[in-house]
Amino acid sequence: MNIKNLLKVALKALNNNKMRCFLTMLGVIIGVGAVIAMLAIGQGSKNSIKAQISEMGSNMIMIFPGAENRGGVRQSSDDMQTLKPADYEAIVNQATTVAKITPTVSSSGQWIFGNNNYPSQLQGVNSQYLDIRQRRVTQGEMFTEEDVKRAAKVAVIGKTLVDNLFPDGTDPVGKVVRFGSIPMTIIGVLDEKGYNTMGQDQDNIALAPYTTVMKRVLATDYLQGIQASAVDEEETQRTIAEITDILRTQHKLKDTDVDNFTIRSMQELAEMISSTSAMMTVLLAAVAGISLLVGGIGIMNIMIVSVTERTREIGLRMSIGARGKDIMMQFLIEAVIISVTGGILGILLGAFATWMIKAIANWPVMIEASSVVLSFVVCTIIGIIFGFYPAAKASNLDPIEAIRYE
Amino acid sequence: MPKEIIKIDNLKRYFKVGDETVKALRGVSFTIYEGEFVTIMGTSGSGKSTLLNTLGCLDTPTAGDYYLDGINVSGMGKNERARIRNRKIGFIFQNYNLLPKTTALENVELPLLYNSAISAKQRSEMAEKCLREVGLGDRLYHKSNQMSGGQQQRVAIARALVNNPAIILADEATGNLDTRTSFSILTLFQKLYNEGKTLIFVTHNPEIAMYSSRNILLKDGRIVSDEYNSDIKSAEEVYINLPVDND
Repeated sequence: MNIKNLLKVALKALNNNKMRCFLTMLGVIIGVGAVIAMLAIGQGSKNSIKAQISEMGSNMIMIFPGAENRGGVRQSSDDMQTLKPADYEAIVNQATTVAKITPTVSSSGQWIFGNNNYPSQLQGVNSQYLDIRQRRVTQGEMFTEEDVKRAAKVAVIGKTLVDNLFPDGTDPVGKVVRFGSIPMTIIGVLDEKGYNTMGQDQDNIALAPYTTVMKRVLATDYLQGIQASAVDEEETQRTIAEITDILRTQHKLKDTDVDNFTIRSMQELAEMISSTSAMMTVLLAAVAGISLLVGGIGIMNIMIVSVTERTREIGLRMSIGARGKDIMMQFLIEAVIISVTGGILGILLGAFATWMIKAIANWPVMIEASSVVLSFVVCTIIGIIFGFYPAAKASNLDPIEAIRYE
Repeated sequence: MPKEIIKIDNLKRYFKVGDETVKALRGVSFTIYEGEFVTIMGTSGSGKSTLLNTLGCLDTPTAGDYYLDGINVSGMGKNERARIRNRKIGFIFQNYNLLPKTTALENVELPLLYNSAISAKQRSEMAEKCLREVGLGDRLYHKSNQMSGGQQQRVAIARALVNNPAIILADEATGNLDTRTSFSILTLFQKLYNEGKTLIFVTHNPEIAMYSSRNILLKDGRIVSDEYNSDIKSAEEVYINLPVDND
């Protein structure tokens, strides 16, 4: 029998038992729906974490002074004096895979303008900081290399500071505010970013030339860190290796010495977070997958009943010329139709559930094409696997006995 | 000399039941020619069902040869036998064995579904022709559960005819029907006989033998008599003269 006729025969048989067929399908529908919805939730949270991280600059590399561990005691990198402006310059001059680089020094203190004041950090950086952290100056402008050279008392501030120092809406550009006791001219305002994944207010920030912070605020010769971006996200590891080499040479470390600096990349962080979320996704999908398995067993159950019920029909078909193969295909196709139709309805149910989750709980969700394709393939396979035993049973019936079965 | 449709030679069929061997057929030989209407009779346990199964290529003999339409089918495998059943044999059963909730036309088309050489269009044309032949031209789209026993058996006969088989095998085809309907079905068999079809009618009812051209009597797995009937009675006459039940 050709496939078209097989399909017709199978559809007719299913049509004769609509209710039973639907109930059997229900197992698959719920199973697939659950898989789709769970994967959508998992993927959605993964995507939102990824998006937030890449907003921070996924190719970002951070260099801190000091080893992670010294004699078993982890020290605060702020207290360690191993990174010097010369190190920064060495990286600038020698590294080939570094796109942007800035030294960082920071100081916290009170910002004062008129009778308003607000506590914030003052970050000493150079103008490339904006590119590394993917920020923009929306009003006024960023300080220049010239300002850095002169250690000019200029600053670019974030939205939170603007709101707190200028609550009446005055344009802050050109105004002179005080950081502690040091007067600084505001020359620009940073774009608004809100809170990051770790809950930090990314707008409660002020940027000034690092030279200014080193000489006029902290009076130090050391950097608290260096931030850089790799030319390419994929190249981050190579960039880290390159910087490590430069710094080891710069610090005159022997082969046996441990690094007296630490390099971290945003990518590592991203991987760590997304691996946790990937594990959750796998767990959720596994639970949903079990319900799909139960659905498959339901199909097998019903197909066995159906084969027994239709023994006479099978006997008749055999006596008028159906081969074992034809009978096998007939029942297998019935099982596959149930599971695939269930799968399609399940995908719709999953999409609906996903939409509900988004609408009601406002969770980030994302249905991936791959999860839809996967469910579809799994359904077909489930139909074949769980349909196989009943179909084989049907095809092995003895026509003589089957035709007289009561 | 007419064509040999069925030729069996010393056909034996033994079954193992536990430690015992049941000898259902103990060496049966006969030849059936084209255009014969043969009744095979015997009491239950005489081996007639086993013979029917073997003739219908549902079963293989333990020993002996079976030629159907010139082909030796005794040594054939499952799939080959299925093909032979599909092309050469038309089955009619006591309990009709129509597919439930299925129209007469679809039931008759069924054997042709298993013959990939026949298109959907040919299929419905052939099925319709056969249904008209058995007098159900006006019942093409009636479902099997909307028809009387006699009508259902006619559908079954049409299904047996649709692949233009070499032989039609009927197993107690009138067993479930009342006398009047039985005779109307027998009339149909005689009509097919007159058209030159080869028919085998297996029954335990000795009356049927009067309406066939040849009668083979089986007992304990052997043929006890094989006689030609020179005086074939007309089933139609009996049918017409039977009182119509008006209660």
